[in-house]
Amino acid sequence: MKLTDLPDSRGHFGPYGGIFVAETLMAALEELRVEYEKARQDPDFIAEFEYELKHYVGRPSPVYHAKRLSDAYGGAQIYLKREDLNHTGAHKINNTIGQALLARRMGKKRVIAETGAGQHGVASATVAARYGMECVVYMGAEDVARQAPNVFRMKLLGATVVPVASGSKTLKDALNEAMRDWVTNVESTFYILGTAAGPHPYPMLVRDFQCVIGRECIQQMPELTGRQPDAVVACVGGGSNAIGIFHPYIPYENVRLIGVEAGGAGVETGRHAAPLSAGTPGVLHGFRSYLMQDENGQIIETHSVSAGLDYPGVGPEHSWLKDAGRAEYVAINDDEALAAFGDLCRLEGILPALESSHAVAYAKKLAPTMGRDQSILVNLSGRGDKDINTVAKLSGITL
Amino acid sequence: MSRIGPTFTALRAQNKKALVPFITAGDPGKGYTVPLMHALVEAGADIIELGVPFSDPMADGPVIQRASERALANKVGLKDVLAMVAEFRRHNDATPVVLMGYANPVEHMGYEKFAQAAKAAGVDGVLTVDIPPEESSGVADVFKAAGLDPIFLLSPTTPEARVEQVAAAAGGFIYYVSLKGVTGAANLDTGEVAQKLAMVRRHCALPVGVGFGIRDAATAEAVARIADAVVVGSRIVSEIEMAAENQCVERVKHVVAELRRGVDAATK
Repeated sequence: MKLTDLPDSRGHFGPYGGIFVAETLMAALEELRVEYEKARQDPDFIAEFEYELKHYVGRPSPVYHAKRLSDAYGGAQIYLKREDLNHTGAHKINNTIGQALLARRMGKKRVIAETGAGQHGVASATVAARYGMECVVYMGAEDVARQAPNVFRMKLLGATVVPVASGSKTLKDALNEAMRDWVTNVESTFYILGTAAGPHPYPMLVRDFQCVIGRECIQQMPELTGRQPDAVVACVGGGSNAIGIFHPYIPYENVRLIGVEAGGAGVETGRHAAPLSAGTPGVLHGFRSYLMQDENGQIIETHSVSAGLDYPGVGPEHSWLKDAGRAEYVAINDDEALAAFGDLCRLEGILPALESSHAVAYAKKLAPTMGRDQSILVNLSGRGDKDINTVAKLSGITL
Repeated sequence: MSRIGPTFTALRAQNKKALVPFITAGDPGKGYTVPLMHALVEAGADIIELGVPFSDPMADGPVIQRASERALANKVGLKDVLAMVAEFRRHNDATPVVLMGYANPVEHMGYEKFAQAAKAAGVDGVLTVDIPPEESSGVADVFKAAGLDPIFLLSPTTPEARVEQVAAAAGGFIYYVSLKGVTGAANLDTGEVAQKLAMVRRHCALPVGVGFGIRDAATAEAVARIADAVVVGSRIVSEIEMAAENQCVERVKHVVAELRRGVDAATK
């Protein structure tokens, strides 16, 4: 079986993925699976999705040769896939448009979403406004506090933001709460899941909607450099921007695929969000994948400067790509990500999201080990305006 | 051999319905669980559902989620829960115990190892909320081979075609979730449940328990009229939450006795 043929009909990527949910959601997931199967073969659906990506999101997003950054880091040339230039400022909108179109097809007038950094929440609120749907966004109380600008953006877009005060008050708890809402309102509500995780068919359909990133790169890189990159680097929280750029590159065997997890205070400290680097397989949020868990199988709290990477699990396809050896996964600590954030601001005039800064930070390590004629493609998954309060606070500055 | 089947057979012979109360192991404290289990039996429980605490109880409402958080704060893990069942069995070898929880703690221990340990501790059935029959191939068989009944859920959203498939994988009894939502939700419509149960029974020979939304003697009676077993969780757990720790056993006994009267009124 080819790596690109997965998942199987029940959502398995080897031992990962699947459908691990309570009975109440089984029918809804089956309905979604059947409807998505029809939609992906419907030329009208594909055409509308592509139209929206072009005219509403502003795709294709450019690939940019970061010359000054490349010179500063030394070694390989660094190219940035500018998902930060999308409408709403991140790759998340690719997926929310796809899912909103599905919701509309299925006659659902109410959408719900979970959000960590707030990017997916904003992208969901945006498409709900665009297609005239009611929108409720669940967000960990801690994230509500550290991502105030995005909370306000969602409210401006007409969404209701519900702070979740249970558990660790971050993304995983927001996901629990969104699932509870869905169980309760399953007939009227479409759950717009924000990453390539959750029960089947979500990991597959989110990946499919995000694959536009990698497909564009496959066109754009040869136009810029005459060939495909030597390495593709993307940050991995749940892993949707990474799978979006990795998946089309899977058949290109000479292209290294490198996922960058949040190392937090350092993987060795235990205070991180790097399940692929330091976790073990388990079941959470409807699927099997690498997880951060303790000796009793309880999920442990994660730590990252970046709210969007602060998640104890990871999309099942990444677990599979890791085990299959097709992708490598590494961790970047908070301070390394912050340094890369500063580099990109000062050297290129680009303010990256703290999530994407993890990918830039790894390119900083990787580039000097490669030749100047080689290239690294970094998925710059989002812009960093939302993070300026966090960065200011860490620098001891009051805005 | 599980105690669940014989329990239902005996109840049927007496024209009685089963009362199945739920508590979370380790709530309010490690030392309370076994005394609470004995109190449940004393007050009229036929089967005990013992919740295995989990950090991310997606299918539970706030009441049971908080119980899970309290138990985890008391450092209660799956091994402790099995030890509690073994302790309970020193004085009670008759009342079936069903563990209810989520996949990950069990998966982390290993399904085979867990099944052996659970059987040795005196567990009769296991309900892993987030393992539907589709994902249970192997798991349900491992449980059955160890003599544990794999308990599965059916819900108002389960299509008729699926009921048969779930029933085929299940053992002990079927747990029908009476409403869409998480545990602790309100507004139970027993008329609707009765219709659905008639359909379920056409495809399933196992006894059918009904849970979610049962809060007092009246709702317990209404459900006992249509189901073989009445499952009550949040009502009891919230009693534990509100009581001073040293009074929780008495308070729970009182509530369960009231529910018992409701269940028995249905068959008078």
